[in-house]
Amino acid sequence: MELSSKLWYAGLALGTAAALVWGGWTAAGEGVCFALFAALTLGGGLICVFERSVVRSAFALLLTFGGVAGLFVLLESDFLAMAQLLIYVGGVLALLLFGVMLTPPDLKERKLPRVLAGLVVCGAALGWISWRMLQGASWIDTPVAAAPAPAGSAAREVGLSFLRPDQYLVPFELVAVLLTVALVGAVYIARRRRVDYAAPQAEEST
Amino acid sequence: MSLGAYLAVSAALFVLGVVAIVTRRNVIYVLMGIEMILNAANINLVAFQRFHGGVEDGRMLAIFVIILAAAEAAIVLAILLNAFQMLGTIKPSEADQLRE
Repeated sequence: MELSSKLWYAGLALGTAAALVWGGWTAAGEGVCFALFAALTLGGGLICVFERSVVRSAFALLLTFGGVAGLFVLLESDFLAMAQLLIYVGGVLALLLFGVMLTPPDLKERKLPRVLAGLVVCGAALGWISWRMLQGASWIDTPVAAAPAPAGSAAREVGLSFLRPDQYLVPFELVAVLLTVALVGAVYIARRRRVDYAAPQAEEST
Repeated sequence: MSLGAYLAVSAALFVLGVVAIVTRRNVIYVLMGIEMILNAANINLVAFQRFHGGVEDGRMLAIFVIILAAAEAAIVLAILLNAFQMLGTIKPSEADQLRE
């Protein structure tokens, strides 16, 4: 590992520690948990963007997905947190690692200035947009409704919402059909076929 | 924590996703950036649902987003496999066969 990477990871660790101290200072236990998960999320994203090798980026995305799952737990959405872990970490990330096998490592790519410039430009643009939106936002002034006392697990409410015909029954069935079609289609597209694409009149055989 | 803290984390994650899409010259990074952006949107949905009302809508929408992201990732990887067999590369800047 070269010096710039060491400096980079050291800075990331220092930022995490600072976030933890700040969270404990402002909101005690919940603040520490929030700062930890937020640091996991953003630190994973930063490593993913800056890291040179694709494999390390994919594994850094594991931190991001785990941190987001933790944020979901803090937001009292336990079912969503488990779905996040199962689907993203178990499914999407495994698929991504298969995609990584297709890409040769490009270790000579000089991308640090480009990524830094992109970060500055995108951050400035999003900051400007959010600042302009916050000028006319009405949801800040509205008093925040007291959260209803959670009656047991949130998973029960989610399941009931899925099965009520006046709520989400139709989208639920539709998305089930869509997922089936998408996965069967993905298998169909990705199956191995012996076709010489360079030849103009190649005969297709599966 | 307040709503604003979650919104800040979500906005930062969104920026990182956009940066991953824009600056890296590799399709895998584009896919990773899309996943980060979808995660940022999910944080927003669940945070607003938690702080601004008792209906389940935000949470349900987040679940649908996760389902669609899984389908999207599977299809993108299948297309990438196919493109790699056809072109021998999956870098967006090198796939210019349609031009000829």
